[in-house]
Amino acid sequence: MREIHVSEIKEMVRKLFLDANFYIGEDILAALKEARDNEPSEIGRSVLDMIIENHKVAREEQLAICQDTGMAVLFVELGQEVHIVGGDFREAINRGVEEAYKDGYLRKSVVDDPVFDRKNTRTNTPAIIYTDIVPGDKIRFLVTPKGFGSENMSALAMMKPADGPEGIKRFVVETIRKAGPNPCPPTIVGVGIGGTADKAFVLAKKATLRKVGEHNPDERYARLEKEILEEVNNLGIGPAGLGGRTTALAVNIEYFPTHIAGMPVAVNVCCHAARHAEAIL
Amino acid sequence: MAQVTLHTPISEEDVRKLEIGDVVYITGTIYTSRDMGHLRIKQALDEGESLPVDFKGGVIFHAGPVVKKHDDRWELVVIGPTTSIRMEPYADMIASLGVRVIIGKGGMAERSSQAFQKYGMVYLQAAPGCAVKLAGGVEQVESVHWIELGIPEALWVLKVKEFGPLVVAMDSKGRSIYRDLKEQAEAKIAAMFPEDQ
Repeated sequence: MREIHVSEIKEMVRKLFLDANFYIGEDILAALKEARDNEPSEIGRSVLDMIIENHKVAREEQLAICQDTGMAVLFVELGQEVHIVGGDFREAINRGVEEAYKDGYLRKSVVDDPVFDRKNTRTNTPAIIYTDIVPGDKIRFLVTPKGFGSENMSALAMMKPADGPEGIKRFVVETIRKAGPNPCPPTIVGVGIGGTADKAFVLAKKATLRKVGEHNPDERYARLEKEILEEVNNLGIGPAGLGGRTTALAVNIEYFPTHIAGMPVAVNVCCHAARHAEAIL
Repeated sequence: MAQVTLHTPISEEDVRKLEIGDVVYITGTIYTSRDMGHLRIKQALDEGESLPVDFKGGVIFHAGPVVKKHDDRWELVVIGPTTSIRMEPYADMIASLGVRVIIGKGGMAERSSQAFQKYGMVYLQAAPGCAVKLAGGVEQVESVHWIELGIPEALWVLKVKEFGPLVVAMDSKGRSIYRDLKEQAEAKIAAMFPEDQ
């Protein structure tokens, strides 16, 4: 048994949310630069230039890349040999988020009840925490501040097995077409296939966090990723949705076994900021 | 593609000259307003309450800024556009206030386009996710109203200088980059998946 005090958890979460909001991933930056070099549309190139410049200034001045510093989402892998002491695990995470958003002058964008009063909680909590218990004595945190311009463009289709890969392509491409400029293209498109409806969505969100350039290890799914990306970029929506070739930087598919009667397909869209950070405690 | 700086208050003449694709910078005052702010304006108008600012010739920016408080003064940290289509139900209301320019992300729809033609208004798109760069054009926060709506949703009065670059995406002649791209994309889908037709 390895003891981990909640204060370490709080501190790690705090640091990760600050990092995620200020420092863009190297893989995303590289993808944006490559997109910029290959973008035929003039307006598309100038939008990409501004995005790249913004990342530079955000890093230098430690300011939020985007004003929508999102809702705090965490994927935690908790080693089964870990014994958490000194307090409540979930509370520690929420306090870490609260401190990051206070210290980093990040926007507090969370409201208490979604339907009636919608009163700002002023702490950017509660966070959304997914926890998996895994072998070992470590805690792995993967955090993402999820902005809602892109989140609002998510979609689910409970498809029939007979719909097949062509049906999936049509659904994903149509979802991106409908989203248009709203998710701040160029986007990272996460596709979750299989499981149950909710599982498909969690897979889709995890898929958006994959390193750009990495493909699904299964060749058939990797091919599907490539084909969908090609078709999405054929739509001509472009950077900021003002026209161009670069509508998506990546299409990532994650799949899971599913029921004989179903093929749930979830699409979770992530904007070009694709903010996330990870660390192991 | 012309490049121009507009000074508030903005005249109908200035706006009618603009065409989609032009690049605009704004100097003067801009007001932020999003979902709750627009609802609050509607409630005020419905109840015959006076509004805290005069929107005539003005600029509304669909945004929820990040601000820092120093004693009694507010400082802008970063700012960027939110998805404008959520404010489309208020198209006629905003036009009736005399607003000339709307800045946002992703455009508005047909109701707004008609109002833009009728009253002489334009929609400008700010580059999304470039909140640090855009903040550079804001000189200071002049005041804030309706702070009880929460910081992102309040009506922020910002003093700006060469705020931009902003692209004219919907003009006063009824044209819209978004409508054109939407039609093109729909045609592409019809071509890619013909059995849908």
